[in-house]
Order: sequence, then structure tokens, then C-alpha cells
Amino acid sequence: MAVNLKAKRLGVQALAAALVIAAAAYLVFNTLANLEARRIASGFAFLWREAGFEVGESTFFAYGAADPYARALLVGLANTCKVAILGIVAATVLGTAIGLSRLSTSPFLKGASAAYVEFIRNVPLLVQLFFWYALLTEGLPPPREALAPLPGVFLTNRGLFFPGFSGVPELQGFNFTGGAALSPEFAALLIGLSLYTAAFIAEIVRAGVMAVRRDQWHAAQALGLERRHVLRYVVAPQALRVIVPPLTSQYLNLTKNSSLAVAIGYPDLVSIANTTINQTGQAIEGVAIIMAVYLVISLAISALMNWSNARLR
Amino acid sequence: MKKVLNLFLLLLLLWLGWQFAGWALFRAVWQPDATACRAASGACWGFIVEKHRLIAFGTYPYEEHWRPALSSVLLVALWVLSAWRVFWKPRLIFIWVVGLATIGVLMWGGVFGLPYVENERWGGLILTLLLTTFGLAFAFPLSILLALGRRSELPTVRALCVAYIELIRGVPLVSVLFMASVMLPLFLPAGVSVDKLLRAQIALILFAAAYLAEVVRGGLQAIAQHQYDTADALGLNYLQRTFLIVLPQALRIAVPPLVNTCIGFFKDTSLVLIIGLFDLLSTIKVSLNDPAWTGFGVEAYLFAAAVYFIFCYSMSLYSRRLEASAGRYGG
Repeated sequence: MAVNLKAKRLGVQALAAALVIAAAAYLVFNTLANLEARRIASGFAFLWREAGFEVGESTFFAYGAADPYARALLVGLANTCKVAILGIVAATVLGTAIGLSRLSTSPFLKGASAAYVEFIRNVPLLVQLFFWYALLTEGLPPPREALAPLPGVFLTNRGLFFPGFSGVPELQGFNFTGGAALSPEFAALLIGLSLYTAAFIAEIVRAGVMAVRRDQWHAAQALGLERRHVLRYVVAPQALRVIVPPLTSQYLNLTKNSSLAVAIGYPDLVSIANTTINQTGQAIEGVAIIMAVYLVISLAISALMNWSNARLR
Repeated sequence: MKKVLNLFLLLLLLWLGWQFAGWALFRAVWQPDATACRAASGACWGFIVEKHRLIAFGTYPYEEHWRPALSSVLLVALWVLSAWRVFWKPRLIFIWVVGLATIGVLMWGGVFGLPYVENERWGGLILTLLLTTFGLAFAFPLSILLALGRRSELPTVRALCVAYIELIRGVPLVSVLFMASVMLPLFLPAGVSVDKLLRAQIALILFAAAYLAEVVRGGLQAIAQHQYDTADALGLNYLQRTFLIVLPQALRIAVPPLVNTCIGFFKDTSLVLIIGLFDLLSTIKVSLNDPAWTGFGVEAYLFAAAVYFIFCYSMSLYSRRLEASAGRYGG
């Protein structure tokens, strides 16, 4: 009986492995034949060829059309990281504030934050990105009639301008120069990602705070602590243990969702890889690069959060 | 202090609401008149009125629009029917098969005197609904197999399922869609081609299966060990134990989170726009390309948001009701 069972288990596993290997071999065989027929040389040698396209904006790395594809992709990766990191910070701050508002005693604050969460969570992110992009490019005036809500801050349909290290933005010709600028694409992506993820983080924060037992609040209040001290020293440390794991997956989601940049023309990794695929026909390599990078980012964020979670306990 | 703050907040909310109402209602233009729209300081809903056919049906032949309209109504009716617990019987599968066959006949035509319409011309709401329906219909059985595989005692099977689920969940949907649209043609033998709609559908199925599998696994984990032991003691084999004892209970527990995953999936179908399919969001975006009507993106996307919201919010209300009633049904 036992021997029989063991043989059966081995048989099932061998069958599963054989099926997967056979399917993979079939696909590889077809792909090689197709590549040969289309005269596409497989491999990553194309990365060192001249890209020949401009990129709308770049972070950290200077880039020109004469640079190789590898550098263009690196610029894309840096752009992805920029929007993901800023988005994570903004979404965490906003999400925490909204999550705590939902637990507030004020009926208006509670109602407004609940409505926010319901509305944002039930509309596709892509619709929201298009909405913000349309609002920033159609709703704002041209540079010559720029909105200036604060001195030195100019909101135009060509981008948002702030005072920065290089001085205060000034109108020159048809656009502003100097200071720090956010392109409409970047601003729309950052706003959309932050507001969307904040709604999910708010629910996580709310659930985390509610998971702290009522008597913990009562005991802390009986000790004479103020409400904000109760939150800071008693509730937060316990709530964080519940909050951190789902928060990690929201950070991962935000990073993955930043790939929607391709739809509004922000040059993130996916967008540049897509251009590369269209120009070179190296579809397999292009998709493999996108997937590998996101897998590495996913693993890195999980590892970081596991580490911080271990320290919390 | 608290009262003052509350009052301030109330006034702020009222002011915001008033401003929005002024733009969206009182100062809005409802006639399909682009000149009047540009002159007005309010929203231009006339744009939606002008483009409603394109938005709802894409490039489907104009005289035949009643067919996708009827199909959409039929499909929504099937969903609503399936939400009722009294219909959760084997008969439901039969109803779905008949319903989908009818929709297939309506959409493709070519019989009963209906002109044939190739699926490159399908678009709008019906495409979003079809992608969701078929995506879930095929992803769900696949996800059950993946979830069972991930909890299997056989290391090879477990490793394969874990690798698949984690790989798909680790990459963005856009990359899976790219894979289907640019890599799938390379995977197939020469001479075999798959049309764009089917390629996108395959990508969506593969993607949804990984996420649904994790929800099903959650349900499986909630089943107590003694259920397995009792089934073994009764002399049931693996298949009998799984399909007669474990899965029926696990799936019942998993229904509310499954509905939530379905809402996410419904929203995610909007990404097919990126690979050039004409779903609801895509037709709205395309309708903005008309030179006479450029510049009404805010209205167009608010309308898109409202349509998606109606679908998603009703599903999430349903999911909440299920959760509330789970106790009563011994969930």
C-alpha cells in the first residue's frame, strides 16, 4: 500500500513536470522558428545600439537620442522609481490621514472620508489618470495666463512650476524657465497614483486601529493620557503590526500601477521598453526586461518590509 | 472648539458641493452644440449626448446597435440572476450557456438574417462586459486548480503553482498584456494566428487566475483539519474529498473576497485600451479625437468614472451584504 502510494505520488509529479516541460519546449521551438523566419536575432545585443528617440523627461541620468537603448531603459527605470517613491510617501501620508478621519467623532469628517474611499476605490485607476491629465492640460490656463496660488508657484497647462534650487520660475517666451517643474504627465501620474492608493491605505489604517482592542484605549485614558498620546504610544505600536503586511502589498501595487504611465505618455520603464520593442522587434527581450525589473522591485520591497516588520515585533 | 471645527468643515463641504453643482448642473450645457459648450462656463454634457452611440457601441455597424445593446442587457441580467442565492444550483450553468450562446448569435450574427459582424468591430460597454465575463469564467476553474496545487503535498506540483502565482502577481498587468499582444504571435506555429481580442482575453484570464487562486487558497486554509480527517476516515479518495467535502465549504467562505477580486478585475479590463482594444474607456477616449469636440476630457472621464462606479459600487454593496449574511448561512 505505502509503496503503491509513493509510486503514485512520483508518477503524478513526473507527469506534471513532463507536461510543463513539453509545453515550454513546444513554445521555445515555435519561437525559434518564428524568429528565424522573421530574421530577428535574439539576445540582448540590441541594448548597445543607438536608440535614436528622445525621452520627454529624465531623472538622475542625462540622456540624448544618440545614447544606446540600455541608457534609455535606465532613464525609464529612474523615472519609474521617482514616481513610485514620491507616490508611496504621498499615499501613506494622505491614506493615514483619511483612515484616521474615518474614525473621527465628527460626522462630516467621517462622511467625507468614507465617500472619498468609496468613490476612489470603485473607479478604475486608468480613468482617474486620464481625468487628472485632462484636468491639468485642459483645465489649467496657458503659461501667459498662469494661475499663481502662491508667489513663485505657477500652474499652467504646460506643467506646474515651483521655486527650486535653481531659483524662481520666470516667464520667458511661451513657457516658464528656472525653478523646479513638474510635467503634466508626471503630475497627473503622481496625483492619480497617490489619491488611488491612499483610499486603499486608509482602509488598512482604519482596520489596523480598529483591531486594537477597546480596553487598550480605556486603560490608556484611565492613565490620564491625552487622545493624541493614546494614539502615539498605545494604539499606533499595536496597530502597526496589523497594518504593515497589507501596506507592503499596497506599495507593491502602487509601483506596479505606475506602469499605466504608458497610457498618458510619462516615460517610465514600460513606456520606454514599449518604444524599444516597436523599434527593434525584440519583443521577448523587452517584455523579459519589464518583468524581471518588476519582480526584482517586488522582492526588494517585500524584503524591506519583512525586515521592518520583524523589527516591530 | 470642536463645534467650531465641525461647523467650518460643514461649510467647506457645502461650498465645495455648491461649486461642483454650479459647474456640473446649473451652468452646464446639455445640448450637443460645441459652440454653446465652449461659450459656457459649466460642464459640457452635450459632448456625451453627441457621442453616446460611439461610446456605447464603438465601431459596431450603426443600424445594428440594438444587438450589442440587447446583449449588454442580457449579460447584466445574467449577472444579477447569479447574485441570488436561490439560483445557486446546477441549473444556473445551463442558464449561462443558453444566455452566452444567445449573446454570441446576437453579436456575431450571420444566422437568422442577422448580418455578420467580425469581432474587430465590437466595442464599448459590451466588450468590457464580455472581457470580464469570459475572463472570470475561465480564470475561476484555473484558479481552483492553482490553489489546490499550491496546497498539494507533492513538491513538484506545489513549486510549479507557487512559481506561476508569484510570477504573475509580481508583474504589472500591462506587461502581461504586452506579452499576449507582442509575444504570443511568436509562440504559435507558423500560419496560426490569434486575433487581438482573443489575445487580450487570454492575458486577462492568466492574470486573474493568479489573484483568484490566492483568494481560493484563503478559503481552503479556513477549512479545519478534521474535515480532511473525517473524509479520509470515510474512505474517500483525494478527488472525492476535495470536490465533495473541502471545496464546497472553502468556496462558500471565499465568496465575499471573490466578489471583491471580481470588482478589481472589472476595473482592470480597462487596461486593454493600452494594447488597442475598444472597450468602454477606449471608446470614450477615441470620441475625444473628433476635432470639433476636443477639450472636453474632464467631462468625458467623469462620465466614464460614473459608469464604472455604478457597476463596481453595486458589486461591492452586494459583497458587503453577503459578508453580513455569511453567519446566517453557516458561512
